[in-house]
Amino acid sequence: VALNIERSLGLFSKALEVHEKRAALIANNFANSETPGYKARDIDFRAVLNGQASCDEQDFAIDRTNAKHMSVVVEIGEDNLLYRNVAQPSLDGNTVDPDLEKAAFAENTTRYMSSLKFASNRFQELQNAIKGNR
Amino acid sequence: MSFNLNSVLDISGSSMSAQSGRLNTIASNIANADSESSSAGTAYKARKPVFAAVMRETGHMIYPPEDEAVGVQIVGIVESDAPSIGVYKPDHPLADKDGMVYGSNVNVMEEMADMISASRAYQDSVMVATTGQELLLRTLDLLR
Repeated sequence: VALNIERSLGLFSKALEVHEKRAALIANNFANSETPGYKARDIDFRAVLNGQASCDEQDFAIDRTNAKHMSVVVEIGEDNLLYRNVAQPSLDGNTVDPDLEKAAFAENTTRYMSSLKFASNRFQELQNAIKGNR
Repeated sequence: MSFNLNSVLDISGSSMSAQSGRLNTIASNIANADSESSSAGTAYKARKPVFAAVMRETGHMIYPPEDEAVGVQIVGIVESDAPSIGVYKPDHPLADKDGMVYGSNVNVMEEMADMISASRAYQDSVMVATTGQELLLRTLDLLR
């Protein structure tokens, strides 16, 4: 059986990609928290993972036997790169709320960590298999 | 794949640089709050940085949304056009022929509020950079 690391990691490597992207977006929001006219951006994680919008059938690394299975093709485009709705935009048109961003960043970090943990467990399994669990 | 976590460091770095530039102008303004001059034109004017988002070059990266920012920069420093207040001080060595001396147009209260805002934004960026770095290091440890 050919060993495909990408396949054995499954959704986790894709999830990590999305979390990385989101971390960069939130870092950007923090960086521009004082920039006049800047609009805070974020991605809808669920929408990205579901991401049927631009999926190419042959890109599927695993078979989806149920409609509820998530696609592993991750594409972040204009469709799921959204603008944040804020309760109170400032007078200069900036919509960054640092507290909201802090919460989003913490959440994203936790999610990244858990995806990473799952991925490292997969690697552990592979290593066990290679070593014959000695 | 790790390019995005590296860009977290770049972005928060650009933010720290911009905010420290802002702190510099605030320091300059507060230091010169009591500077005096013999005319309203030459009196010290409060300096304010102008922030702008850095736009990603189109088609350059993997994710090409055109209006996506990749950090922040100071695009210029403008001088406040608030009026300089003249004070009648005929004994002052810098007094003009009418005995007037012009102070700076720095509003110290405003500068203090600005300073707190700048240092908060700087702290946020440091937090983001630290977390981003930790995630990167953890990812490097994946195969341990």
